[in-house]
Amino acid sequence: MRYLPLTQPDREAMLSLIGAATIDDLFVDVPEAARLDGPVRDLPMHASEMAVERHMSALAKKNLTAGEAPFFLGCGAYKHHVPASVDHLIQRGEFLTAYTPYQPEIAQGTLQMLFEFQTQVARMLGTDVANASMYDGSTACWEAIVMARRITKRGKAILSSGLHPHYVSVSKTMAKFTGDVLDTAAPELAADMDLDQLIAKIDDDTSCVVVQYPDILGRIADLRPLADACHAKKALLIAVVTEPVALGAITSPGEMDADIVVGEGQSLGVGLQFGGPYVGLFGCKDKYVRQMPGRLCGETVDADGRRGFVLTLSTREQHIRREKATSNICTNSGLCALAFSIHMTLLGEAGLRQLAEINHAGAVSAAERLSQIPGVELVNDSFFNEFTLKLPVEARPVVRTLADRGILAGVSLGRLYPGQDDLANGLVVAVTETTTAEDVETLASALQEILA
Amino acid sequence: MSINQSGWRPTSPEANTGNVPASVTGNKALMLEEALIFEIGDSHTTGVDFDTFGSPANAGAQGTKDAARNPGFLLSQENKLGGLLRTAPIGLPGLSEPETVRHYTRLSRQNYGIDLGFFPLGSCTMKHNPRLNEKMARLPGFSDVHPLQPVDTVQGALEVIHQLAHWLVTLTGMTSVAMSPKAGAHGELCGILAIRAALEAKGEGARKIILVPESAHGTNPATAAFAGYSVEDIPATAEGRVDTAALKARLGPDVAGVMITNPNTCGLFERDMREISDAVHAAGGFVYCDGANFNAIVGRVRPGDLGIDAMHINLHKTFSTPHGGGGPGSGPVVFSEALTPYAPLPFVEKQGDQFVLIEEENADEHHAGSFGRMVAFHGQMGMFTRALTYILSHGADGLRQVSEDAVLNANYILRSLDDTLDAPFGPSGPCMHEALFSDSGLATGFSTIDIAKGLIDEGFHPMTMYFPLVVHGAMLVEPTETESKAALDQFIAALRSVAERAKAGDPSLKTAPHFAPRARLDETLAARKPVLVWKDPAPLAQAAE
Amino acid sequence: MSRYFTQDHEWVDVDGDVGTVGISEYAQSQLGDVVFVDVPEAGKTLSKGDEAAVVESVKAASDVYSPVSGTVIEGNAALTDDSSLVNSDAEAAGWFFKLTLSDPSELDSLMDEAAYAAFVEGL
Repeated sequence: MRYLPLTQPDREAMLSLIGAATIDDLFVDVPEAARLDGPVRDLPMHASEMAVERHMSALAKKNLTAGEAPFFLGCGAYKHHVPASVDHLIQRGEFLTAYTPYQPEIAQGTLQMLFEFQTQVARMLGTDVANASMYDGSTACWEAIVMARRITKRGKAILSSGLHPHYVSVSKTMAKFTGDVLDTAAPELAADMDLDQLIAKIDDDTSCVVVQYPDILGRIADLRPLADACHAKKALLIAVVTEPVALGAITSPGEMDADIVVGEGQSLGVGLQFGGPYVGLFGCKDKYVRQMPGRLCGETVDADGRRGFVLTLSTREQHIRREKATSNICTNSGLCALAFSIHMTLLGEAGLRQLAEINHAGAVSAAERLSQIPGVELVNDSFFNEFTLKLPVEARPVVRTLADRGILAGVSLGRLYPGQDDLANGLVVAVTETTTAEDVETLASALQEILA
Repeated sequence: MSINQSGWRPTSPEANTGNVPASVTGNKALMLEEALIFEIGDSHTTGVDFDTFGSPANAGAQGTKDAARNPGFLLSQENKLGGLLRTAPIGLPGLSEPETVRHYTRLSRQNYGIDLGFFPLGSCTMKHNPRLNEKMARLPGFSDVHPLQPVDTVQGALEVIHQLAHWLVTLTGMTSVAMSPKAGAHGELCGILAIRAALEAKGEGARKIILVPESAHGTNPATAAFAGYSVEDIPATAEGRVDTAALKARLGPDVAGVMITNPNTCGLFERDMREISDAVHAAGGFVYCDGANFNAIVGRVRPGDLGIDAMHINLHKTFSTPHGGGGPGSGPVVFSEALTPYAPLPFVEKQGDQFVLIEEENADEHHAGSFGRMVAFHGQMGMFTRALTYILSHGADGLRQVSEDAVLNANYILRSLDDTLDAPFGPSGPCMHEALFSDSGLATGFSTIDIAKGLIDEGFHPMTMYFPLVVHGAMLVEPTETESKAALDQFIAALRSVAERAKAGDPSLKTAPHFAPRARLDETLAARKPVLVWKDPAPLAQAAE
Repeated sequence: MSRYFTQDHEWVDVDGDVGTVGISEYAQSQLGDVVFVDVPEAGKTLSKGDEAAVVESVKAASDVYSPVSGTVIEGNAALTDDSSLVNSDAEAAGWFFKLTLSDPSELDSLMDEAAYAAFVEGL
């Protein structure tokens, strides 16, 4: 077995030192009834590298990849070009095969990277601080709601109808068990976000309002009035960003006075990967840092006075605080955070701005083109790289038909909101730098044909 | 002959006479210092060249509008940003590609990794990460697929999930598995929520207590509390196992369940596991098993045979997906028949020849009891492909050999060092996959941390220190099965030497490590005055004011 | 004024009906460098044994229990700025909070300085 270095003579010599006759003697504490006398039944035996590769490649070939088709899906996961050096660097063994940096003297690489990541994320989100990452955007969103409850000591969270339905669903699942009260609503196919409705709902029991920016339909709105309304009632504003590239073009939620800003960082460096692993972004105002979940890296000096970095404020965490921890999170998403950070370093501010411009320009022209199709309406007044179309028919079957033609047309709202008739005609279309004009034309003519 | 005129007249090197001046760069040959990107980059530089929207051939096509023709598109009236165009700078430095590659390569060299050497971090299972796993995860068919594509276009991805699920269920002897939890602690949460859902469905929601042995990982009590339970500790016996009598005595109508790690964090198999499970079930509760240490028994013991109701499996431990400097992990949870109806969404089912994704809309048909969704999308697909690759490589026979070699290596370390270091549970019999020592016998003023830092100078990653809490100055050594006997022997010799220095009170150990990129770091300073983000130094003129 | 100790290593100085609470020199020496202290706000009512404050080193967080019942008058703001006072002067400037005692008879169950010294000796 290629991954096991012990030889049979090694094993025998080691058993003899231990004073055991056979390997079975080391498993004596396992009750006899639970000991298996051989390999688990009905499973295949070991295989060569070539055989495994063949098996996995055959499975991979059964999928239609984003790169093979005109591709327009978004809704929380976006196809962006990731420079080749990102993947090369994250595969360096010293990053890939390291553990959480508990021994900082031999983990400065990971720690410095996390410090840089925290700074990049905080600046993008417009927050004072950011942590070393969460699992993904959806879990970061729930952690933010719990954090707001701890800070305000209130149990009611108001979730915008424009929040990703999976994020809402995760929160609902958790709230069933924690007793948090969630005020939720389904979106409407309207040009404007629901900020006025949200403001009207805020009361003295409200811990926070959670709003997505841009929202699930791609809409963008000025969050400042909402932040003011929250703060007037001593509630917090939590903003959720699922497309961080947008922050190259639009004002960040933190700059609009959001208290906690969380996000999904998948767009930068990570790739689609059928939904995971992704990387949760989590930033907040300075004054709330001790209520934050997750790991934090901080700057310090070593015994010789040289700058170095360590994990810090660990007493918030489960391995010290146990049942009083701010969260049970342990492993974060370190390698994805590294990929995010490298991609962000390659882009720099100028590159992020240019990337955002290309995305937005592409989306604007695609929206124009697609809304010229008879019967198709553009729902949004505002958007970044993703917008919602209202088709004259139910969108879900249209998406399936287009998939049969090799076009991955976008996300139908019927998929995200099954059973909601008023949304069934909605189709969310994302356009990024990977989308060509030819792709848009292919989609437009196929859609036109199907709708005709 | 022609005379050598180059000036270079090779001779044997001279011996070092000491008094070497420090380098002006702070570098020490291959040990290279590296500044922060905020110190070396600037906001105008980018390491990415962009294509404009639309391929060159289509630049003039009707209806397209590209950024190249409108380089100031964001600034134009045509933008659709709702008046929220960013005007202030963000402060993100950029580097060219060669600078970027060098920055991160230099950073990487300040890290210790499994690829570099022995990494016996107890409870973390730092085993070799096969590169085939990485290669397979990067096949476009897995890496370049969107989670919301029509299911007909992702049948291969769903089949991977289904195949891995089959392996996990079969290896554990359980009924079902929830694949979506993102990491071990998230898996724990999944298991505890399923227990709570099951109890509530039986009208037993009043059970509010979860019993947790005091040797447990911190995630266990944190998880139970996060799920709305109160936590009560169960003591350990003198031999390092759960006090079964104390546990049984605490069971009652207020107890929802127990969370037990098996093999436990002292590296021992919980002999009474079946008895504990039966007692908990008889008292109306459920048994959660922390599967962090499944590596010790995979292929030899099926947790399902021990009466367990739920157990998470850290794919990044037992099934060797990389730890990546702190994740991403993946924590699928296997369930007994009793908990299966409450498992979370989504999951993959095979219906005829088709793989179907069971989500909110179709769950009602036969999964109405599900407690709901824990994550956006379907879990850590990139980890599933790696874990399945690893499992197929080993097969049922190889996995059995994995646990045997892991246990053999740990016992070899335990018995090779128990004459030098105190092994509090050594007399309890063989250990499983990890060997536990205490700081008993060290010179006054010396502690486990000094041994750990001394090991760094010897070129090893230290073992887990000060955990589990039930042993004073605990040192938990987990060698895993992917170490050769020669590697173990070298480590044993190094740990013996460092331990003897600690017992003799060698003061140089208090200032170790001496040869690492950094000496001991001031964690007190970091916590008292937290600096969590880079702050640009004030411009000179401003600073002078 | 007299000083009392608990088995959880808190001390309380009593002056009239006002108690000043801190942790003992022995307790601080077991903590290592204190990096953060969370003291209760004025007005909070505490019963004897309630979790009143939190003291943290980089690797541990410990609850500080109120040795007696009463209403908090003041938390020691100096600890927020400089938590190292707990290390340097645990039994004076490093006090945690002051409270008005609601039941002075609770003091009877506490140890005096000599008894506490003997208690620590026995640990």
